[in-house]
Amino acid sequence: MNSIIGLIFITVGFAFDVFGCIGLVRLPDVYNRLQAATKCVTLGTCSILFGAFLIVGFTAAGIKALMCLVFLILTSPVAAHAIARGAHRAGVKLWEGSIIDRYAEDKEGEA
Amino acid sequence: MKIFRWFIGAIVLAGIFTLIIIRPLPFLFYPDLPYLGFLGRVLYIIILACFLCLYRICRGPTSADRIVAIDILGIMIVGLCAILTISTGRSWYIDIGIAWALQSFISTLALSKYLEGKSFDE
Repeated sequence: MNSIIGLIFITVGFAFDVFGCIGLVRLPDVYNRLQAATKCVTLGTCSILFGAFLIVGFTAAGIKALMCLVFLILTSPVAAHAIARGAHRAGVKLWEGSIIDRYAEDKEGEA
Repeated sequence: MKIFRWFIGAIVLAGIFTLIIIRPLPFLFYPDLPYLGFLGRVLYIIILACFLCLYRICRGPTSADRIVAIDILGIMIVGLCAILTISTGRSWYIDIGIAWALQSFISTLALSKYLEGKSFDE
């Protein structure tokens, strides 16, 4: 029973991975790609790790999978935020169709 | 030119579906695992997603695109290591996954700080 639930988690996980990578290839802008790819791939990989924990059980590999899951959930948003901030400060242009840029307005207000 | 791109995409998709159906590299799996075919196909689908990331790394217009793709590739290889842990039964693959996640996080932070220092405006 545990292994069947784990396989369902793995199915959800690789579907999210593939959709995130299609978004990484197809979307027009750095920020759009970041927003599509980071959340989808983080959820997908965490789901795969949780499915692996459910299949393997409370062994060494299962506990290591849980540790890796917690570490990914904690660090992946930090990395995405750092990339977005660095890209905006380096002067990467937004897509032509985007209508608002709050971060540039904030920086003008400070200066 | 557009027909040429569609042609390349069709060839790549056909090759990947052949990979998913044939499933080479049988030494990566337990021979007596009950859900072996499913795990093998999942492994090749994740390798397909890694190749999509490699396309974005080669063809990114700016360097920020390449950094995003490197981050995503690192996260996805952790999932690949988890599936290899189940399918081979060797627990050191998940050790590779943990180490890869740590190194990927640190390298992404370093690359984004480098990108932030390289300003074009001022």
